[in-house]
Amino acid sequence: MKPLSNILIKGSHLIDPASERDGKFDVLIEKGTIKKIAPAIEPQNGIEVLDAGSFHLFPGFIDLHVHFREPGFEQKETILTGCQAALRGGFVACVTMPNTQPPCDNQSVVEHILSKSREVPFRLFPAGTLTRNREGKELSEMADLKRAGAIAVTDDGNWVEDSLLMRRCMEYASMNNLVVITHAEDHRLSADGVMNEGIFSTSYGLKGSPVESEIIAVSRDIELVRLTKADLHVAHISTAGAIELVRRAQKDGLPVTAEVTPHHFSLTDELLETYNTNLKMNPPLRSRADVEAIKKGLKDGTIGMIATDHAPHTEEDKMAEINYAPVGTIGLETAAGVALTELYHKKVLTLAQLAEKFSINPAKRFNLKGYGVIREGALANLTLVDLEEKWTVTKDCLVSKSRNSCFLGAELRGRVKAAFCLGRFWNYA
Amino acid sequence: MSGRVWKRKDLLGLKDLEAEEIELILDTAESFQEIGNRPIKKVPTLQGRTVVNLFFEPSTRTRISFELAEKRLSADTVNFSTDISSTIKGETVKDTAKNLEALQVSLVIMRHPSSGAPHRLARYLKCGVINAGDGINEHPTQALLDMFTVRQKKGKLKGVKVSFIGDILHSRVARSNIWGLTKLGAEVTVCGPRTLIPRDAEQLGVRVTTNLEEAVDGADVINLLRIQLERQKESFFPSIREYAITYQINRDVLKKAKPDVVIMHPGPVNRGIELSSDVVDGPYSIILDQVTNGLAVRMAVLYLLSGVKS
Repeated sequence: MKPLSNILIKGSHLIDPASERDGKFDVLIEKGTIKKIAPAIEPQNGIEVLDAGSFHLFPGFIDLHVHFREPGFEQKETILTGCQAALRGGFVACVTMPNTQPPCDNQSVVEHILSKSREVPFRLFPAGTLTRNREGKELSEMADLKRAGAIAVTDDGNWVEDSLLMRRCMEYASMNNLVVITHAEDHRLSADGVMNEGIFSTSYGLKGSPVESEIIAVSRDIELVRLTKADLHVAHISTAGAIELVRRAQKDGLPVTAEVTPHHFSLTDELLETYNTNLKMNPPLRSRADVEAIKKGLKDGTIGMIATDHAPHTEEDKMAEINYAPVGTIGLETAAGVALTELYHKKVLTLAQLAEKFSINPAKRFNLKGYGVIREGALANLTLVDLEEKWTVTKDCLVSKSRNSCFLGAELRGRVKAAFCLGRFWNYA
Repeated sequence: MSGRVWKRKDLLGLKDLEAEEIELILDTAESFQEIGNRPIKKVPTLQGRTVVNLFFEPSTRTRISFELAEKRLSADTVNFSTDISSTIKGETVKDTAKNLEALQVSLVIMRHPSSGAPHRLARYLKCGVINAGDGINEHPTQALLDMFTVRQKKGKLKGVKVSFIGDILHSRVARSNIWGLTKLGAEVTVCGPRTLIPRDAEQLGVRVTTNLEEAVDGADVINLLRIQLERQKESFFPSIREYAITYQINRDVLKKAKPDVVIMHPGPVNRGIELSSDVVDGPYSIILDQVTNGLAVRMAVLYLLSGVKS
């Protein structure tokens, strides 16, 4: 196992809204713990010095939505390879989705995930299922899941169609202080759609899934929050209509939050013209108007978090024809680069806002203690970024066991140079 | 051929073609038409070349038409037909392509239930690929033979009013026809129950109506699309009976049509559902001309894509 680091980060620009720091600081790390943050610290006792004069230092990024496939689908990803991909992308903690085999609907799966992540070491926060076996029929044993370490509950990939059951899920989850994450999709309406429904699905001869599938689901879930007051987090929001519903719910004071993926704020359904299966995901890439609504939602805070929905699939899986290929794209290694390119350099968000979306808000929303702030005395969880480095995404840039990235070939500006995770230094400079 | 040359490796759809390219195919087909009238219906054009018919979906008419076109051009043909269910977990399109490459074939004709499958195959292969129908996307040779037949009967395509009636949503024939006909200046109407018309169809440059009379009124050509009977179970329409009452082309409906209207259908016809039997066999019907012309059009496409210099 990597030793705890002893290092002086020299001259980096700190972006830490939680401590109101925005400027050049030196950060001294001893035995993995942040010893001192000051404008200038002299190196002593031959400590390693990291010249970070051209880099920005953020509170460690947190990804609220990853599929690490273990147990059950280790050919696609393992907890080890998933954590390595996360670190390469500057993430120091992730929330794992429970659609493993067996699903994460009992203590032993939660414990397996936690013990595997400790070997890296990395911090995973497992989400348990909402319903037993993700079948949408009976409640999962949420109190047990919580005791084992789950921080949220979701049937990600499935929407709980039964409204009465969903009401009970919300009531029971909220009693256990678990956030309910909803994969909002009316599956009957999206049916066998392989892309967003609209002029491009018509033009490319592909079956479409309408935006209303998401809007209807979000609408029902929000009304159930009105009834139950449960904490609801909308995963991978993708439509203008659903964002507007979340905005109104927040205005009404309901505990509703939302995340968006990098592919949904940067790519549109027009790209499916090549029938590239790496562009097949769920929810599908949407229209230009939806992308604009997403950016507006990020800007005004309706969408408080960015999460990757890192969904690895093997090359063979994705080699199938578009009707049969599984949904999903990986995203950990490219998320920061895409966000800097599309949101920071195009002046949608400031660096402080990016720190909120990638770290502060996820930590707050899911009560992840020790995350979202750079603080003396705490174990170092930091992300070091070069805002300007230009790079092209190739398979060689990917660390994940699978290479199904929708961003292959993309030219990005901004790249993660290092991560400090649980006091260990992962250097990619 | 007035200096026009075919430059593409593949024929994947009419969406990507320029009007001139479509015209080149139609004009070339005319010169192949005459071969069908000869006592010995065979020319040596593709001698020594191998064409593979790769059908991942059941097909009788299209496969026979392609095979016959290949044989009349003296190509060696290999047929491979399978149901997709047996290949999903087996050989990938990429492996299929590599195997074909290793066998040094000249052209591949592909039908596949997934939209975009021939496009991907074409990317893996150095030799040409002809799309014989992919999912609900395109069926370019069917549309070309339809356009050839319209041009033959009406003397032109520009300004000709063509109405498609039936399941537009799931029809690759309609989609390819829409791309091709609108490029050559025909006026296209699509008609069917709202449930079977794709969203934003107007943006493809066609008139949309759910009213059969409107579609028939003033049309020079009525092209019927086969209704898949299982669509009724998916709630696209309440019953075959109601569909036939509302959208069937029969002698009564044709009373309101132009006297020189022609009736087309890509086959196979559900007699008594989208078309009444007397119309199928009646004087307006040019359904069998379509079948005959299909051979000439497919010979033209095979010829152009094989890059043979005449």
